[in-house]
Amino acid sequence: MGIIRNIAASLVLLRQSSVKNNHKVIMSRRLHARRTDGVDKNVWVEFTQLAADYKAVNLGQGFPDFSPPQFIQEAFCKAINGGPQMHQYTRAFGHPPLVKSLAKFFSRIVGQDIDPLEDILVTVGAYQALFCAFQGLIDEGDEVIIIEPFFDCYQPMVVMAGGKAVYVPLRPREGSAILSSGDWVLSADELASKITPRTKAIVINTPNNPLGKVYKTEELQMIADLCIKHNLLCFSDEVYEWLTYDGAKHIKIASLPGMWERTVTVGSAGKTFSATGWKVGWAIGSGNIIKYMKTIHQNSVYHCATAAQEAVAHGFEREYELFGTPESYFQQLPTMLHHKRKKLASCLESVGLQPIMPEGGYFMVTDISSVKVDLNDLSTKDELYDFRFVKWLIKEKGLATIPVSAFYSPEHSKEFDKYIRFCFVKEDSTLDAAEAILRKWSQKE
Amino acid sequence: MSIARQVLNCSRFTCRSAHVTCRKTFTTSQHVMMSRHTHAKRIEGLDKNVWVAFTALAADPSVVNLGQGFPDIPPPSYVKEALAKAASVDRMNQYTRGFGHPSLVKALSQVYGKAYGRQIDPLKEILVTVGGYGSLFSAIQALVEEGDEVIIIEPFFDCYVPMVRMAGGKPVLIPLRVKSGKKTITSADWFLDPDELAGKFNSKTKAIIINTPNNPIGKVFTKDELQMIADLCIKHDTLCFSDEVYEWLVYRGHQHVKIATLPGMWDRTVTIGSAGKTFSVTGWKLGWSIGPEHLMKHLQTVMQNSLYTCPTPLQEAVAQGLLLNYELMDQPECYFTSLADELEGKRDRLAAIVEEAGMTPVIPEGGYFMLVDVTALNQDLSHMDEDEAYDYKFVKWMIKEKKLAAIPVTAFVGEESTKDFEKYIRLCFIKQDSTLDAARSILKSWTKV
Repeated sequence: MGIIRNIAASLVLLRQSSVKNNHKVIMSRRLHARRTDGVDKNVWVEFTQLAADYKAVNLGQGFPDFSPPQFIQEAFCKAINGGPQMHQYTRAFGHPPLVKSLAKFFSRIVGQDIDPLEDILVTVGAYQALFCAFQGLIDEGDEVIIIEPFFDCYQPMVVMAGGKAVYVPLRPREGSAILSSGDWVLSADELASKITPRTKAIVINTPNNPLGKVYKTEELQMIADLCIKHNLLCFSDEVYEWLTYDGAKHIKIASLPGMWERTVTVGSAGKTFSATGWKVGWAIGSGNIIKYMKTIHQNSVYHCATAAQEAVAHGFEREYELFGTPESYFQQLPTMLHHKRKKLASCLESVGLQPIMPEGGYFMVTDISSVKVDLNDLSTKDELYDFRFVKWLIKEKGLATIPVSAFYSPEHSKEFDKYIRFCFVKEDSTLDAAEAILRKWSQKE
Repeated sequence: MSIARQVLNCSRFTCRSAHVTCRKTFTTSQHVMMSRHTHAKRIEGLDKNVWVAFTALAADPSVVNLGQGFPDIPPPSYVKEALAKAASVDRMNQYTRGFGHPSLVKALSQVYGKAYGRQIDPLKEILVTVGGYGSLFSAIQALVEEGDEVIIIEPFFDCYVPMVRMAGGKPVLIPLRVKSGKKTITSADWFLDPDELAGKFNSKTKAIIINTPNNPIGKVFTKDELQMIADLCIKHDTLCFSDEVYEWLVYRGHQHVKIATLPGMWDRTVTIGSAGKTFSVTGWKLGWSIGPEHLMKHLQTVMQNSLYTCPTPLQEAVAQGLLLNYELMDQPECYFTSLADELEGKRDRLAAIVEEAGMTPVIPEGGYFMLVDVTALNQDLSHMDEDEAYDYKFVKWMIKEKKLAAIPVTAFVGEESTKDFEKYIRLCFIKQDSTLDAARSILKSWTKV
């Protein structure tokens, strides 16, 4: 009986291993498409998990931990309880009330008559607007200039579209103490030297994530001059457009002469109304360019969710009426964040860290080169210094941030591995908790 | 503009190997402008879309719209309430997990674990996407490229072909055919010829896309039919993308079978589902892909580089809806069952209305569309001089003259199959009784003329 059982067990094992082999034989040819090569890693997936695992005070990922403003929440509720059409498909390229209110609102700012149906595409967050721009306009072999530090998705999106990313870094101005994001500048010569006959587009982000730089008119004009001279497209990521401090003014490059016809401007309801989980964004530009993005959109997601678009439309109607007044959320949010920016900066300074004051956005980059810690975690020994530091800070101190070299190209990341990024669009209690951790840490030293 | 483009295309053809030099030889500033602002090749020829054309026509409020496939019946109230509740929670208005909101992927894992009869890993084997459409896109972008062939069964939901082409793949079409000698009365009379299908597979065949229940015919593939497809997939080492968005809408006497549950198929199949179709909330645009980790990880890569994450409150609400119905599964109160019951009645009603008007319905075994053969009406459309298939002309004429909207079925087939399908129009019956009544009035007065 025992022998038979043994034989039976061996047979089962044999069968299992041959089944396993069959599994390995599946797709003996290549499985995944080449476009997904090299774009599978993602800094957020890794660090969000880590912050959650260690229950860290999270000043890492960029989203508010407070609620969206009441008026927008009410608008959403109203839409949800609106007629059955609020829960069914709407116009694919953008819910009519939303594109109309966006056109009305931004026409006034850009000084250009924006056609709601031709010049606007509503997308699943600004992220998808960027995706449509790259997919619709970048071909195999096209070069795209990316200014570093850059929001990390630009590079894999260029790669996935078959393009080649060419990097130009912002550099701290010579001689001055680097106190503000305004001290990080682009060299006109360096930028011009990167342009080749294959250059198709340049990506700019103002206010910039992670640095918080708000490009001045002269800086944008310099970029615009090159775009016009070399007939380039410009993808302008302006999701933080309402968040500027100390009188810094957000300028739309599309409003400069000769730029409307070659610029795609990307915006975000998530950042505008502190509702990142709604994933409503848009691209605004000349219909001649937007139409190519519409083709990508119609062959990828086709529609965006209706009710959230309805709510955002109401939000913009309200803001159109209140624009420039103290009741405008576009005044109130930067005012609230100005105070938080100050709070975080002084807390960081008080423990010996050197923050770079952002002129805009809701992130603050801090120089950690003066901090002496023993990063004895063997599991991270092959990683860049800031990656190791951030992981150590999460695990040992329970404070989550993001390493800034994640926003740099492989070529330049080693030059910029002594900075970490803090997000300050957080409740005061979160900032207080972070402060407590930092104080305790500095007292121990 | 078009002349400039023709010029560009001609010169591209002649200067294929000297691409860069050619760009420089354009001397007029307009041509230089064009050569910079040209679109990426991947969207060449993909700008047309049947919905864009016909939605505009049917938007006239005096038109009774049995065209585009969305309900005009309200979604279940608990699903709307769940959304309102989710939206009131601060955290639910901010980013959630990219590959799917935790409570949603857990609920999907539960519901589908039961349907598949296997443990489904919520984190590695499920991806939440922007509608079933977004899942199709992720699967095709992740797994299809230049040099790959993809078999598509006609009539097909129209996006399959442009998505395959945008990924650089080559669509290989095979039509469902009517059993000879049979006057077609149900979707079961349409079948795939086994030899014809086998002939479409070769070493380049990367995937086959199946849709069951099928849009627009409503065919529910039987286990035998799926087995035949599965055998070919295994023999040729082909993937299967199974679009099952109408999976719960299967009528009496028929059963939805998941091809991924057939032996050898789990490892090579991506199955697609839709919250929009499941809960009658097409405007929520949430769907999902389910499959083995070694396939799903590539779909996740596409997701993370295209839109990163889907809206949070909507995902939370769908999770609640799924959990509620999971408890009620196999009971009459379960929405998956009750909706099918409700729709079966509407299906039969519409079929009767259509027959009264002298047209021939193809009774669907599943889904919420019905093919209608308009041959018997013998409608003269020679006055419409557009170079279009009969059904396109018929639908445009019907919208204009009769104020009734449908969708032409040749939008769902390739050019070669047009002659076999141009006498059919597609009607959608997930509509209020008042809408169906209005359609009835139109059709009644039609035959009187």
